Amino acid sequence: MFELFSYGDAGWGDEILRGLAITVQLAIVTLPVGLFLGFLAAAASMSRLLPLRLLGFGYTTVMRGLPEILTLFVVYNGAGLLINAVLQWWAPEAAPTDFSPFAAGVVALGMVFGAFAAEVLRGAFQSLDSGQAEAGRAIGMTERQIFLRIRLPQVWRFALPGLGNLWINMLKDTALVSVIALDDLMRMTKVAVGVTKQPFTFYLLACLIYWAMCVLSELVLGQMERRANRGIRRA
Amino acid sequence: MTPPDIILKAEDIHKSFGSVEVLKGISLAARNHDVISILGSSGSGKSTFLRCLNFLETPTSGKVTVHGEEILVKNGKPQNARHIEAIRARLGMVFQQFNLWTHRTVLENVMEGPIQVKGEPKAEARSKAEAFLKRVGLEERMHMYPSQLSGGQQQRVAIARALAMEPDAILFDEPTSALDPELVGEVLKVMQDLAAEGRTMIVVTHEMGFAREVSSEVVFLHEGRIAEQGPPGEMFTNPKTEEFRRFIAKAM
Repeated sequence: MFELFSYGDAGWGDEILRGLAITVQLAIVTLPVGLFLGFLAAAASMSRLLPLRLLGFGYTTVMRGLPEILTLFVVYNGAGLLINAVLQWWAPEAAPTDFSPFAAGVVALGMVFGAFAAEVLRGAFQSLDSGQAEAGRAIGMTERQIFLRIRLPQVWRFALPGLGNLWINMLKDTALVSVIALDDLMRMTKVAVGVTKQPFTFYLLACLIYWAMCVLSELVLGQMERRANRGIRRA
Repeated sequence: MTPPDIILKAEDIHKSFGSVEVLKGISLAARNHDVISILGSSGSGKSTFLRCLNFLETPTSGKVTVHGEEILVKNGKPQNARHIEAIRARLGMVFQQFNLWTHRTVLENVMEGPIQVKGEPKAEARSKAEAFLKRVGLEERMHMYPSQLSGGQQQRVAIARALAMEPDAILFDEPTSALDPELVGEVLKVMQDLAAEGRTMIVVTHEMGFAREVSSEVVFLHEGRIAEQGPPGEMFTNPKTEEFRRFIAKAM
């Protein structure tokens, strides 16, 4: 039984671990991309300019409306075509390249994360007490200082639970990249099942690993929330 | 030319919200050491006027001069808006809801302005902040967060935060209105001490006792205009307008 999970040629331990590493890398690289897009979209949808607002809302509704797997296909195939079209035009003699599945995963998951994060952040900014910024203004702070030193640190408190949920969702959504042949935890599990014909063993292992990542995330998030809530009286 | 001891001057301040004109041309000058109480029933425009002085509310038209820095407003547009932050740094403000920054300790609240706005070195800002907190009797609470303090204590910290900027004048926007009755006294006591040491203060308040005993001048607003103005002794014993007579009768 245990040689199934052993390291090396005989067992699947090393393959599964490499898959896990890809999954974790993908999630960790996607997070800042998604947060960045989320901030941009939130800023756009709160802008005073109508075109920017439309852009922000358009992006969030489209991204929230599409199944993640469809977004992934569109990005993977579409972006691949686009890159090759540009390449053809710019350097016709170059060999066509593939858009790497990892990059496609980061872009697609990041775009989805960004759309949901935009809503979380917009809500969080709107729940801030306007008196807090006003106190900064009254003391002579610039709008930039007010944003960086008052609004941004306070917005975490409201945004953190929502963003934490999105992170855990995204962590699980990374499994979707297995369909575009990225060797993540999900795909390595499927390969192992295919070869060993032991679906129960390997799917159970994958379940445990995903769940462990989720628990770990919850612990870290709980810690971060406690930090963000320093000084706030619990209602 | 403004006489040298005039610290703050507001000239013909108008303010409209949509089609409603809330302030219909108010002028006021504060000399050094003046304590001006602004009275008026709700809707008289007293808080709006105070907030126009440091441009938390942009007047529709008028002129505000603080320490020689002059901002003229026409059609809701300040002519030299970049002076606004300089004016604000010279005018402390204490809010009805305290508005202490919830994510910072008491000490950090008081140090923030001197460090970020005036560019004071941290050590200097800290020792001054400690002194100002001692001044309002809260040096022992400096490492606490605002939510751990009572309303009265929070308002005293807010006063220390305003003092730390070493302002030319301090604006108080109904500083005791959000407090439980038993906490009003400690805040008024601090304000009274400030007045006694010669701070220039402009106070929007409902506290008749403070207006009468502490202030050097009382301004009574009614429907967006100054209805009556003068030294408190005279005004309270011998009100000239029917509106002010009725106002004090209701308040006493």
